[in-house]
Amino acid sequence: MADFGGETTDAFRAEAKDWLAANFPTSLKGRGGVMYTEGGGSSDPKIKAWTKAMGDRGWGVPTWPKAYGGGGLSSAEARVLQQEMNAIGAWNPIGGMGVMMFGPTLLEYGNEDQKRRHIPPITRADIRWCQGFSEPGAGSDLASLQTKAEDKGDHWLVNGQKIWTSGAQWADWCFCLVRTDTSKKHEGISFLLIDMRSPGIEVRPIQLISGNSPFCETFFTDVKVPKENLVGPLGGGWTIAKRLLQHERSGLAGGGAGGGRGGLFTGPVSDLAKSYLGADEAGRIADSEIRSRVTAHEMEARAFQLTAIRSMVESRSNSGPSATTSIMKNAGTKIAQDRAELTLEVLGHQGLGWEGSDFTAEELAAVRGWLGGKAFTIYGGSAEIQSNIISKRILGLPDPLSASSH
Amino acid sequence: MAVLTEEQSMLRDAARTWTQEKSPVSAFRKVRDAGSPLGYDPDAFAEMAEMGWAGVIIPEEYGGSDFGYLSLGLVLEETGRTLTASPILSSALAAASAIVLGGSEAQKQAWLPKIASGELVGTLAVDEGPHHSPAKVGVTATRSGSGYTISGTKTFVLEGMAAGLFVISARTAGAAGDKSGITLFLVPADAKGVSRKALKLADSRGAAVVTFDKVEVGADSVLGAEGAGFDLLEKTLDRARAGLAAEMLGAAVQAFETTLDYLKTRVQFGQVIGSFQALQHRAAKMFTDLELARSCVEAALTAIDNDSPDVPELVSLAKAKMGDTLHLVSNEMVQMHGGIGMTDAHDAGLYLKRARAQEATYGGQAYHRDRYARLQGY
Repeated sequence: MADFGGETTDAFRAEAKDWLAANFPTSLKGRGGVMYTEGGGSSDPKIKAWTKAMGDRGWGVPTWPKAYGGGGLSSAEARVLQQEMNAIGAWNPIGGMGVMMFGPTLLEYGNEDQKRRHIPPITRADIRWCQGFSEPGAGSDLASLQTKAEDKGDHWLVNGQKIWTSGAQWADWCFCLVRTDTSKKHEGISFLLIDMRSPGIEVRPIQLISGNSPFCETFFTDVKVPKENLVGPLGGGWTIAKRLLQHERSGLAGGGAGGGRGGLFTGPVSDLAKSYLGADEAGRIADSEIRSRVTAHEMEARAFQLTAIRSMVESRSNSGPSATTSIMKNAGTKIAQDRAELTLEVLGHQGLGWEGSDFTAEELAAVRGWLGGKAFTIYGGSAEIQSNIISKRILGLPDPLSASSH
Repeated sequence: MAVLTEEQSMLRDAARTWTQEKSPVSAFRKVRDAGSPLGYDPDAFAEMAEMGWAGVIIPEEYGGSDFGYLSLGLVLEETGRTLTASPILSSALAAASAIVLGGSEAQKQAWLPKIASGELVGTLAVDEGPHHSPAKVGVTATRSGSGYTISGTKTFVLEGMAAGLFVISARTAGAAGDKSGITLFLVPADAKGVSRKALKLADSRGAAVVTFDKVEVGADSVLGAEGAGFDLLEKTLDRARAGLAAEMLGAAVQAFETTLDYLKTRVQFGQVIGSFQALQHRAAKMFTDLELARSCVEAALTAIDNDSPDVPELVSLAKAKMGDTLHLVSNEMVQMHGGIGMTDAHDAGLYLKRARAQEATYGGQAYHRDRYARLQGY
């Protein structure tokens, strides 16, 4: 079979197929979504065995270097692996912030000791990471953060508060932005790795409008952090953070359209509209106003999918991301939110069930997903921040916040 | 921008250079001010044909280069940028497509080389009212002797004043609105009983009303099979719609770039107006929509070249998304320019007027959203 990369991958395809057949328990087919909603991790022995197999092989992070526990595959081989996994309904059990955001950043900016210590446990899903960036007074204006790390000779002394730390209640480690110099805004920020079991750390989950608590407040009181946990140069944290946020944004946009992120209803909203609102003799959604809006939404989602494909093909041929990628977070998250709103509207009152047996699991998930999805345009750089970035970096318009912006 | 072959890059670069140097917006303005009923400059079109642009989708044995629809889309995007008026869309794309797809060997030999060389302008005569509706055919073709007699009126015919050949949809059976019973005919403009009148529209192009008064044609003028013309017409229209969307993409990109330049130079309150966040976020929204629309247009053209089964839905997606985007950008072009954008001396009005005509041609956004939903089964 021909592949985009132009390399011959037939031998690898056979190898991947055999290995997956031997290691993926078919009873786990299609259960990938469950994995990530459990938050604290699964205790299912089959899932544990599958996670261990993928971790030992390094295929949870197929393109990371072998020396640190990755798969060492070329991107063409990684695509083949994904195709073979899709073909049998297998899913990647190795995920989370360590894989999506922190790992790639540490591979780029960490020193050899840091990489040897922290990357392998991520590749085996042994260690979970959380992100200590936002603070009560530093949201969109992230660089105004105040959590302080003082140099005490043989250690850093950290004091301050972080907020919206996703999964802090389950995390083993935190990659954190701290202020090491109060005289400079951006250049006074450093990137520090903090063991969440250190004395002086308190984590309080925040209950959201959706009823879930995926985010926490994290308090640091006289927390001692070893000197070797500083990543990159002192005062170089902002550069590393910007890079890390690029990984975050591309991950967030990818899940935006087409998928069932607004709840467990997968398929097109049009199918849902037909079953909840009925159809006329010609098979059209009975409510013409809803039909128009469902159509407009489905078309926008298709345009987004086509753009994601175009952007991928172009960056492959230009060997670098094109300007197109800058629009993906805003476009993708808007579509995901529109989908959740439309789904709710199509379900009517049945889509407002909070709990109980009067509602299906999908209906209950729809309302939680709709509420939880309001965060899509707030976190990872709000929609407004994304528009600022497009204006400034892509369109070359002047920066109205030039004194203080990123 | 799609990943192009070397030949496609060369074609696009040639089109860009020629339109920027030989056919800037001022050239279109001159055509408009001269009030020529043709609505375009025949000398400029002759140059375009000379460069091979009228034969891009025509097979080599009939005088074309068989470069495909994505390639012709690249040319249309560039001509769209400068509002270049020409029969490339109506003739070299739409009429040529109908003949390539449905023509007999004799018909192809008779018409395609002339279209490819630019000596003949062909066009589709499809609509009969203000809204695009290809099944709503009231024009009749009745059997008479060995041929047919065609009667009725077609309107909003692109390049209707310049055309030497009409690809006309006529009813040989059934009632207006039926998809069956429609037959396509190739009718020369000089046939007895054909008359035309220029329609003066806001965009100053060469649209016309064409009347067929008991026009006698031979059986050899039927394109495709009698009564089964609707499918051929839809396939032809999908190609025309995708090409038009490419032209709209060019117009929208240029309207946006011109507006962006203005945001960077116009000073108010002691600073360039592009430093105001209220304008920046609208500019970012336009850029986002342009990127999404480009993906749809390129996907539709590529699907045509690959003869993919999802051509109809991708074309409707492209025409609707491109229509919405051009609508937005053309309005913002006037608004962001302020008073100067309201003057005839500025180009903003030309883009605005052209935008609405392009949106309405071969089906507007509402038409194509409805069609997309029908194709998807809802």
